[in-house]
Amino acid sequence: MKIGDIRELLDAELLCGEDMLDHDVYAACCSDMMSDVLAFVKDQGVLLTGLVNPQVIRTASMMDMVCIVFVRNKAPSEEMIELARDCGIAVMRSASRAFEASGILYYAGLGREVEDV
Amino acid sequence: MSETIKLHYDVDGENFESAGQASHSVKKSLRQLGMSPDVIRKVAIAMYEGEINMVIHANGGVADVEVGDDDITIILKDQGPGIPNIELAMQEGYSTAKDNIRALGFGAGMGLPNMKKYTDDMKIDTVIGVGTTITMKVNI
Repeated sequence: MKIGDIRELLDAELLCGEDMLDHDVYAACCSDMMSDVLAFVKDQGVLLTGLVNPQVIRTASMMDMVCIVFVRNKAPSEEMIELARDCGIAVMRSASRAFEASGILYYAGLGREVEDV
Repeated sequence: MSETIKLHYDVDGENFESAGQASHSVKKSLRQLGMSPDVIRKVAIAMYEGEINMVIHANGGVADVEVGDDDITIILKDQGPGIPNIELAMQEGYSTAKDNIRALGFGAGMGLPNMKKYTDDMKIDTVIGVGTTITMKVNI
């Protein structure tokens, strides 16, 4: 799945990372607990979260994630978007709730590449 | 590489929002040095967890990183309250972080275990009321 597909599926507003829409991603993680993201995530390119502070961007960057989706229309600050740009991370926000957004992406095949999609 | 590269950072304990700046900078430097993505990731995650801990528990401190031929050493030093029970602190899920820290997405009790997980060697020197020094090594 491409980052551009995520934007379409979640009817999301892209806040930065226009040049990354063709980037392929294979898995995602949904959490408001950055501690857990740092502890349990492995090779998951997308982070869905309702938490809004600069540590979300830093956590994603440390984990080499390439896309962050803020759910429930949460709005990151300009500083956060600038930091994401600097880290090479696409950021978008969607009105979907976390459970709903995760379900939509999972149903569309994200994280299920090895299964029968 | 024949000589050790040394990096030094002050970690501001007053500002949670800026926590992680040192790790971010180290990650960039290691990338510029042409380190493998796996090594960069291990160093970045372990140092970031340590940096967050320093801000949450110890009012900041200093971070030193030494890049040698065979390994990268990360030394995090604070003058915080110290760790009363290291064995307990190393248990996954154990945390003394307050609710306001949890609301920011941290304090799940995974910091120290995660630092150990991502490094090849980790040593904790702590004295109650004096401070804590954590030394971590990642093999190149």
